[in-house]
Amino acid sequence: MALQNDTDPKLAAYAHPERLVTTPWLADNLGTPGLVVVESDEDVLLYDTGHIPGAVKVDWHTELNDPVTRDYVDGARFAEICGERGIGRDTTVVIYGDRNNWWATYALWVFSLFGHADVRILDGGRAKWVAEGREMTTEQPKPEVVEYPVVERDDTAIRAFKDDVLAHLGKPLVDVRSPGEYSGELLHMPDYPQEGAVRGGHIPGAASVPWARAAAEDATFKSREDLSAIYEQEQGLSPSDDVVAYCRIGERSSHTWFVLTHLLGFEHVRNYDGSWTEWGNAVRVPIVQGAERGQA
Amino acid sequence: MSLPPQLEELVEDFAAVGPKDRLQLLLELSRELPELPERYADAADTMEQVHECQSPLFLAVEVDDDKHVHLFFSAPPEAPTTRGFASIMHTGLDGEPAAEVLAVPDDFYVALGLAQAVSPLRLRGMSAMLSRIKKQVRAATG
Repeated sequence: MALQNDTDPKLAAYAHPERLVTTPWLADNLGTPGLVVVESDEDVLLYDTGHIPGAVKVDWHTELNDPVTRDYVDGARFAEICGERGIGRDTTVVIYGDRNNWWATYALWVFSLFGHADVRILDGGRAKWVAEGREMTTEQPKPEVVEYPVVERDDTAIRAFKDDVLAHLGKPLVDVRSPGEYSGELLHMPDYPQEGAVRGGHIPGAASVPWARAAAEDATFKSREDLSAIYEQEQGLSPSDDVVAYCRIGERSSHTWFVLTHLLGFEHVRNYDGSWTEWGNAVRVPIVQGAERGQA
Repeated sequence: MSLPPQLEELVEDFAAVGPKDRLQLLLELSRELPELPERYADAADTMEQVHECQSPLFLAVEVDDDKHVHLFFSAPPEAPTTRGFASIMHTGLDGEPAAEVLAVPDDFYVALGLAQAVSPLRLRGMSAMLSRIKKQVRAATG
């Protein structure tokens, strides 16, 4: 049984308010049958230093990625990951995490590849919950294992591969990396390790909209109006556009994918998870360097 | 591979347990990272940033008159993994002779067996930390 939606007025303005919950809503609903809270962080130890009571941990790196092939886990493994955490196919899953919910939206996107129907983000994530002085615990929950069906991952609707992007050239692309990565000056995020792209720059025609522009100071999402000002007015994107978002490995662009799809109601947004670590290494794909979008 | 005794002991501790307990060990180490002494507390700009770590990590290296190495780290509490890596360096290398620190193999961290639990990508911060420590030790002992 899905839980009722959060009727908070800020959320109500978004295209799909059912995809977000506020911290008061979560505090009121903790422990309700049918709800599982999931923490997904960049830092693999952060959950263990303290988490929302009852929340389980999913690690994007060691659990959502296949350990051998560069791909996500398959349906059988995803079913295990969910089942062990007490998540059934009709469970309401609320995900939160560090760094403006960057890794939380990444986990939500992977849950969406498996068509999990009711998966939501805690607006403001871990930072807001902590800033409000809400309860944290180091007590490990012991969820009752449930049966999650083995569902085949659907990579067609919200995921783009390199060939899809090549066929998409000329249509809207959003590069969500930092300006230095976009122009090609940097081969990796500022302050992050080099991850082995041999060429710098961006995909021809891509607009540069760093992902964190969608986040407010308190790590919540900006209001519908402010988001619309960035993506629709400033960038000229429209909800009926066919859009591909990318970054370095597809994590930051999951955040933008979430904003465009669920907050602004875009209908055809795909996340290119191969992103720059694939494109910047691929042979003979077109690349543009500098601050201009360039032509496809 | 010859490691300073404290580092050798840490490597043995990690090797003795399974992947889940290795994370617990790293968490405990992250809590044991000493606070910065006052002379660095207000002087973060005199420290070197380790850009390869996921989260801001600052490092200072001192070599005393007896050519022993002293290490100082600063990393925020919301970055426990980075703090854990720094704590491994501190526990294993602080107070050791410069020559011993320089002799630590660059890939010593492989022996900690953290790749599975932490992921290889996150481990890069650790090798970067060691190479920056060695660089500063070399500069100081010239």
